Amino acid sequence: MDTATPAVTVALHDGEAVVASSSQVDARRHGELLLPAVDRVLSEAGLKLDAVTGIVVGVGPGPYTGLRVGLVTAAAFSSALGVPVHGLCTLDGLAYASGIEEPFAVATDARRKEVYWARYEDFRTRATDASVDRPADVAGELAGLPVVGAGARLYPEAFPDARDPEHQSAAALAGLAAERLAGGGDGFLDPLPMYLRRPDAQVPKNYKVVTPK
Amino acid sequence: MAADEPLVLGIETSCDETGVGIVHGTTLLADAVASSVDTHARFGGVVPEIASRAHLEAMVPTIERALKTAGISARDLDGIAVTAGPGLAGALLVGVSAAKAYAYALGKPLYGVNHLASHICVDQLEHGKLPEPTMALLVSGGHSSLLLSTDITSDVRPMGATIDDAAGEAFDKIARVLDLGFPGGPVIDRLAKEGDPEAIAFPRGLSGSRDPAYDFSFSGLKTAVARWIEAKRAAGEEVPVRDVAASFQEAVVDVLTRKAVRACKDEGVDHLMIGGGVAANSRLRALAEERCERAGIRLRVPRPGLCTDNGAMVAALGSEMVARGRAASDLELSADSSLPVTDPHVPGRSHDHDHVHEVSKENLYS
Ligand SMILES: [Zn+2]
Repeated sequence: MDTATPAVTVALHDGEAVVASSSQVDARRHGELLLPAVDRVLSEAGLKLDAVTGIVVGVGPGPYTGLRVGLVTAAAFSSALGVPVHGLCTLDGLAYASGIEEPFAVATDARRKEVYWARYEDFRTRATDASVDRPADVAGELAGLPVVGAGARLYPEAFPDARDPEHQSAAALAGLAAERLAGGGDGFLDPLPMYLRRPDAQVPKNYKVVTPK
Repeated sequence: MAADEPLVLGIETSCDETGVGIVHGTTLLADAVASSVDTHARFGGVVPEIASRAHLEAMVPTIERALKTAGISARDLDGIAVTAGPGLAGALLVGVSAAKAYAYALGKPLYGVNHLASHICVDQLEHGKLPEPTMALLVSGGHSSLLLSTDITSDVRPMGATIDDAAGEAFDKIARVLDLGFPGGPVIDRLAKEGDPEAIAFPRGLSGSRDPAYDFSFSGLKTAVARWIEAKRAAGEEVPVRDVAASFQEAVVDVLTRKAVRACKDEGVDHLMIGGGVAANSRLRALAEERCERAGIRLRVPRPGLCTDNGAMVAALGSEMVARGRAASDLELSADSSLPVTDPHVPGRSHDHDHVHEVSKENLYS
């Protein structure tokens, strides 16, 4: 599952193929949508959660509130069922879904006129760490590259060669994870949030002087 | 498990404490808390994003610690309760998401409950079943309310509330004016013990004969105290910190207890419970004791550890929900930062089967 972007997306993968999946794009209702989506996907497969042998979760980067929904849900499932959680960079799921075999980039909406982005050698291989920047500041570095994800569509001046998919899908994330697990289980991240920004924490101004001068 | 003593785990993340409690009926089995209060101290108040990040980090380890302390397996639980509101939206969402995931994974009923009703219900862990009706005075950094409950699972009526600052907020602000750090409650309580509560006559908000009988206002008091201190400083005189603390504190607890006792008398209620972080204040406890005794009212105040935000209070209310057969919440349960005090819990919206099926087709793609 992945809740790091506006998509609330869940998929069940049996190691060979995606058995069932659900994706809803609604940036404000991750908390309400995730569990019902998990339930729908399992019901469609005729399974209960305890049949699952591992959880894969997108760790972001992503705007914080939604991102935490997926991570805490994954951690709670893991604790309740005693199964492992594997973290994957959310951008890797978009890259994998694109199937692009040449160098390209992934960019998602980081809000505040910024994008989360990373460069890829091909759809399986990330070339840089994920970063958060203003589109204009990375346009030069990514010039001439196709760019996958909603970030490209939001900022066409900076990323003229926008490619599909626009939204994250847990089906792709699960497919990538299944490949990595079959290949020995390397390439996973700890299931911890990738915020890439410090929290907004302003020290309140000194108390206001209330006595009129 | 006896039907009237349900085993319930409760999760509380409405502010800066990640709390997980486990109760068996009215018996407390575990009360695990991870606090991010130290992280907020240098900001002089709770920073929502810092609180949310800390909740995510602490959530599952705190649940596991509570289960271990209680010596039970999560599979033994009769239900999982969580604060659905009111509180900080992002902070609540971490607890609600965790509770839903545990409930779903374990096949247990989920109860989204009200933070304020939980503050009242926690007293069952200390003094046994709540008398019905009970008047409750809840005072903390986030709330100052006078509530009347005839059944904590279904009927909580607001009698009065602060019209501006919460009582605890006033303590924090005055502590800041006096350079005493955050949070302000404990340090003011300590200094006030060495000061004279009658040294300075600070105003009692909303205490006129035409003012609302049960509402509170602490903003005017806060301004008056700050102004008094500034005047001293401007005159180059030393500020008598202990006397200021004692006189300010007296003004707060005088109004709180007077109005709470009056509400009890007016409504013919002979039990008053006081909860919330400010209930740890020693002068509030002493004055309430004195005034209740004079008025023939039985006072119930849980020990300080149960007055501040914690998971045990959520578990206590959840257990009562199970015992009284209240409807469980559904998987769509959302965090509601402004959940009304009149909603002790958030029952699920009942879906019929066809509707669920339709929704699921609509949202699937493969
Ligand atoms: Zn509280």
